[in-house]
Amino acid sequence: MKKTVFFGALTAAGLAAGMASAATLDDVKARGSLNCGVTTGLIGFAAPNAEGEWEGFDVGVCRAVAAAIFGDPTAVEFVPTTGQTRFTALASGEIDLLARNTTWTMSRDVDLKFEFVGVNYYDGQGFLVPKALGVTSATELDGATVCIQTGTTTELNLADYFRVNGITYEPVPIETNAEGQQQYLAGACDVYTTDASGLAATRAAFENPGDHVLLPEIISKEPLGPLVRHGDNEWGDIARWTLNALITAEELGVTSENIEELAATPGDNPEVNRLLGTEGELGAQLGLEADWAKNAIMAGGNYGELFEDNIGENTAIALARGLNAQWTEGGLIYSPPFR
Amino acid sequence: MSTLTDPPKPGFRLSQLIYDTRYRSITIQVIALVLIVGAFWWLGSNTVNNLNALGKDFDFGFLNSAAGYDINQRLIEYDNQMSHGRAALVGILNTLLVALMGCASALIIGVFVGVLRLSKNWVVSKLMAVYVEAFRNVPLLIWILLIGAVMTESMPQPREFRGEDATQSMILGDSVAVTNRGIWIPRIGFSNSISGEEAVAPIDGATPVASGGADWLLILGVLALSLIAMRVVRNRADKIQQATGDRPTTWYQQVAILVIPVGVVMFALGATIVAPYLKGFNFTEGTHLRNSLIALWVALSLYTGAFIAEIVRAGIMAVSKGQSEAAAALGIQPSRTMKLVILPQALRVIIPPLISQFLNLTKNSSLAIAVGYMDVRATLGGITINQTGRELEGMLLMGAFYLALSLLISGGMNYYNHSTQLAER
Repeated sequence: MKKTVFFGALTAAGLAAGMASAATLDDVKARGSLNCGVTTGLIGFAAPNAEGEWEGFDVGVCRAVAAAIFGDPTAVEFVPTTGQTRFTALASGEIDLLARNTTWTMSRDVDLKFEFVGVNYYDGQGFLVPKALGVTSATELDGATVCIQTGTTTELNLADYFRVNGITYEPVPIETNAEGQQQYLAGACDVYTTDASGLAATRAAFENPGDHVLLPEIISKEPLGPLVRHGDNEWGDIARWTLNALITAEELGVTSENIEELAATPGDNPEVNRLLGTEGELGAQLGLEADWAKNAIMAGGNYGELFEDNIGENTAIALARGLNAQWTEGGLIYSPPFR
Repeated sequence: MSTLTDPPKPGFRLSQLIYDTRYRSITIQVIALVLIVGAFWWLGSNTVNNLNALGKDFDFGFLNSAAGYDINQRLIEYDNQMSHGRAALVGILNTLLVALMGCASALIIGVFVGVLRLSKNWVVSKLMAVYVEAFRNVPLLIWILLIGAVMTESMPQPREFRGEDATQSMILGDSVAVTNRGIWIPRIGFSNSISGEEAVAPIDGATPVASGGADWLLILGVLALSLIAMRVVRNRADKIQQATGDRPTTWYQQVAILVIPVGVVMFALGATIVAPYLKGFNFTEGTHLRNSLIALWVALSLYTGAFIAEIVRAGIMAVSKGQSEAAAALGIQPSRTMKLVILPQALRVIIPPLISQFLNLTKNSSLAIAVGYMDVRATLGGITINQTGRELEGMLLMGAFYLALSLLISGGMNYYNHSTQLAER
């Protein structure tokens, strides 16, 4: 009898462990850290630094979410994923949040059952070629060998672009950005194609970045953003509004420097007060502390600070804000109001 | 007064299930059965629960939707508008290709090295020992990566072949180009193709040729007929030898039967050698052996060849020394002793472990992931799963494919094994 109960309990426990749990926030809190999926290494977006600490633009999103939950931006376990493993890792529950310059597409949202919580970088697919090749336009690439990361939207865009333009190419499938960089520099492919931001970041790591050019064609829309599993809307809300908090903070002029001062006492701007928890109940509605947004912003600064520190014009990657400027400055970065 | 007590009543107690040898084995089997059924039930219900929790269904319809991605090495016609099922088939054929090439070359390497390792020449046998130990004791993945890296990093780029002052040139009479994107070798085209394909000139001013599949089938058919005819000639020679003791010389007949019909057919089809040449970014025409194929094939052959060499050596050593002494006593030349006496007996020992080496090689070909070879794991088990989110279906299909392939190989080899067994009376 006891044995039957024991096996019954074992089965039930196994079932419970095997099932992708619905309450992700509870799981994360119980674990004491956030499992965040990032790239295997793309300078500026997510890569370990000399001390082995992960840093970058996507890493900043992970740290902000962890800070919003725990008040501690270091409570993150980074899980490096490739283009092919990332969705399986998220769907199986191995990671809670995927921040891996992943393009928001309809089939990923609807068919793969993921929920994109916003866009943190508006990108497009570009081509990187050596200057010595003498190519000035992507339409001159007939017959070229192209390095392409498998399992990405860029792979599909590339196939479409060459078919529509009636030119051929030879794909060299690669798994990671590091592998692509090595193949490209060895000349095993003429062209390396991925998101333009990724190309800029990759080129910045070259010995002679000046020997390589980005072709003028941007052949696709690539809105990159963090995503979570379908089915746990509360968890999706936390990720979405953490990202929105970073964006709103930049819009309202809340930076990591003045945030202590602004959060100490309720100020003149009611939206700043609501954002920083000195007024209203927004944190409690998410199931978090009142100062969740303050912690998230303090983790790495607001959206603009994250951008400038990791991929902005003063870094080696030197990306201009362009489409990723605030809507008030002619860009597409826009957060719904905190109310 | 009776000293006999009544025999104990044959009552059944629960403890007999464990302590009574009549029942114990049944008890254990029932418990094992329940555990196994329970484990499978748990796996099944866990899968169903997880699929429900994720809101996913179980459906193979994705195989009919457009794949959308390109594959560099295609043995059959394929473009990115064809279905995921077709892409999976392209991957399956690529797996079969590298497995077949690997098995053939590993067998050849293995037999040569295994025999040479037993050589009385100290240098030869030690060299073979070094090869066997080096390849057997370093993981296959490292060999694949190493060969891939050597090809990519140390070979010249195609553009170094271009221009008046090219730093590189093609080898073997301008017919083979070795580059860091693979090796281009000449191919055979047919100017009078029977495949109905339109013949195109590979380069301006050359004879138009088509590379029809039907032509190759015809040539293979003629070759098969020639082989059968050669067998007939040999059987006749055997009969004469048994009747008269003299074996007629037949080698020139056999060579003629092998070469002439195929030669005539190829001439009639207008077989032309088409050499690769540089055009645009890459070489064109000829057959392109990509780096990924070369790295995977060479590494698989050398690695498995080392194991096969040991199996062959063990098989030869298993044949009693008395056999070769008896052969010598009968006056059989040493060179023929190996072929007529030792190897036929060694084969019985060699074949069973050889089967598992072939199976290993076939399954190891999925390490193609390391060099981006587009095998079934890369198409069905990689990109397709990633684009459609059908992990469970894709993995099941891929597992079923490898299982079927392995069973097929071992079935075929077991048949061969039976045919080489000692026919005992």
